[in-house]
Amino acid sequence: MKVVYERPKTLEKVVNHYCPGCHHGILHALIAEVLDEMNLADKAVAVAPVGCAVLAYNYLDIDWIEAPHGRAVAIATGIKLAHPDLLVFTYQGDGDAASIGLAETMYGAIRGMNVTTFMYNNAIYGMTGGQMAPTTLIGMKTTTSPYGRDPKREGYPVKMAETIALQGGTAFSARSSLYNPRAITDTKKYIRHAFELQMAKAGYTFLEVVGTCPTNWGMTPVEASEFAKNELAKFYQLGVLKDVEGSEQK
Amino acid sequence: MSDRILMKGNEAVGEAAVRSGCRLYFGYPITPASEIAEYMAYRLPQVNGTFIQAESELAASNMLYGAAAAGKYAMTASSSPGISLMQEAISYMAGAEVPALIVDAMRGGPGLGDIQAAQSDYFQLTKGGGHGDYHVIVFSPYTIQEVINIMPLAFQTAFRYRNPVVVAVDGLIGQMMEAVEFNYFTDPEEIPLPDWSLSGKFRHGNKKNVNTSLELDPDKLEAINWRLQGKYHEIEEKESRYDYVGVDNPETLVVAYGTVARLTISAVKKVLGEGKSIGLFRPVTLWPFPKAALAQKAKSAKRIVVLEMSAGQLIEDVKLYVYDPTKQYEFHGHPGGTTFTPSEIEQILRG
Amino acid sequence: MNEGALKVVVDEELCKQCELCVSICPVHVLQISSRINSKGFHPVEIFDNDKCISCGYCAMTCPERAIAVYKPEVERA
Repeated sequence: MKVVYERPKTLEKVVNHYCPGCHHGILHALIAEVLDEMNLADKAVAVAPVGCAVLAYNYLDIDWIEAPHGRAVAIATGIKLAHPDLLVFTYQGDGDAASIGLAETMYGAIRGMNVTTFMYNNAIYGMTGGQMAPTTLIGMKTTTSPYGRDPKREGYPVKMAETIALQGGTAFSARSSLYNPRAITDTKKYIRHAFELQMAKAGYTFLEVVGTCPTNWGMTPVEASEFAKNELAKFYQLGVLKDVEGSEQK
Repeated sequence: MSDRILMKGNEAVGEAAVRSGCRLYFGYPITPASEIAEYMAYRLPQVNGTFIQAESELAASNMLYGAAAAGKYAMTASSSPGISLMQEAISYMAGAEVPALIVDAMRGGPGLGDIQAAQSDYFQLTKGGGHGDYHVIVFSPYTIQEVINIMPLAFQTAFRYRNPVVVAVDGLIGQMMEAVEFNYFTDPEEIPLPDWSLSGKFRHGNKKNVNTSLELDPDKLEAINWRLQGKYHEIEEKESRYDYVGVDNPETLVVAYGTVARLTISAVKKVLGEGKSIGLFRPVTLWPFPKAALAQKAKSAKRIVVLEMSAGQLIEDVKLYVYDPTKQYEFHGHPGGTTFTPSEIEQILRG
Repeated sequence: MNEGALKVVVDEELCKQCELCVSICPVHVLQISSRINSKGFHPVEIFDNDKCISCGYCAMTCPERAIAVYKPEVERA
């Protein structure tokens, strides 16, 4: 029998703490697959956020640090400057990267730091129990926007991949998703491209990944994947926003 | 290497860091600490180091967190309002046992306060500052030469105990010039990379390192906290430092640190010359507080005089460690960025 | 239905019964089993090995990476 798919070596063989059907697990696995394929696991340091992925350091067999809320890119900056030969990436949620850590994330792009950020955008605060995120869609009900997000009251959802793409130090900014095998394949391609650009010292690389939160959306995992495809990915359009190599431009 | 040169305090901080082996500086401008950043921006590129002007003190302190967790001598410097913003990273670094160096050129507070020299960060620096049960090690040099002597020790102490260290100076020490000498220059390549460093698995036996201050199991977190307390106890035993000038068994014991100690020392010498039984006790480490030594020196004293550029912070520790209701305690302070004059101190000491 | 070596091998202890694999399978050969793992989930299983085309979509979609997929070697004449 030929192997079509086996669990990547760098993905620790433990049961993760994510809810059933949560797409975080897919993104973790894709990063592990790319690290294995590029043979970079022993040269990688990752920065875990505060939020649902706070325990991400238990799941990939690489060096990890757990950052204060929002400060992941600042921490990554310090590590990268201490050891410029390493692959350094941050794994963050939308609240971590686009709300409390907006300045730190933006300055990764403005400064053109050779680090990579993965921002999992599921339009909600998962770990604290379903509060409004900077990325919550207009009309979406959360525990802190119980009447539905109204721009007059709660402001507008932030489009991070577009914002990051505008900055001079950004080498690559894209948005992808995980709701079907095609989207998963694209996400993996972007992860690899971001890591290649980082190792070539091209600048800041940013991948926003539209994912799900079945628990706090009040949906089954299958319904949540459909919502990600039909609602989230409609507002947060998928594709490459900036690529200094140009090859990925759509 | 041991030629005496004239140097400004803030620049001496930078040069001492470079000569200690520090090649990574992360800062954000603030008066009266900005010249430390300016000096490093000029100096570090000459020695293949990296200077980063961060977007905020939050970012600067977290860049420091990353670089120090990566196992390298790294530092930041700021002044009181900026140090307040850094308390987040400092608490995390204490919890995750990261050996970072932070220089605080203290200014008047609270809030924006003013930009003159002050010592009102004493509570913030010595009692934890941020959330959680922790201590940072605080050195308080009183001359520029002592700044230079302490900087390599500060880095080494941070790494020995895997704990954040603060070198607390103030606007006066930062701005004044003094003839100083440097008798050391450490090649950073000779500083071994610790086995706990985040430096890629290939650098440490292909086993992953995780640096975190998170422990969700309360029993385990309690155990971690008791272990940290054990470390702090060891630091108190081994690293408490002080200086003393005066007679043995003084009747009047003066306690002051930093700039105030510098102002006080000449006044103490003058009244000693007048035959007064007096001594100046100068904590060199504010935490660990040299409590055993202070208690010893205070035994004979009937009168204990505490001088500080704050509204009564140091005196709380003095009273705590020399608890004796039969003694007379005197507090004299300048909490707004003004300083004592030599004649004012002489008058106080004469009683 | 399940003759020979299985093309879809599930690590039942890792499975959280989210059913993403069941919904994504283009040939509908996966189902939730009646067994129960130590976390209380009913792990997924393949019920028609012959019909499975070894596309790997179930493994790609699995957030737990509880699934391995194999393809029989083509027999040469």
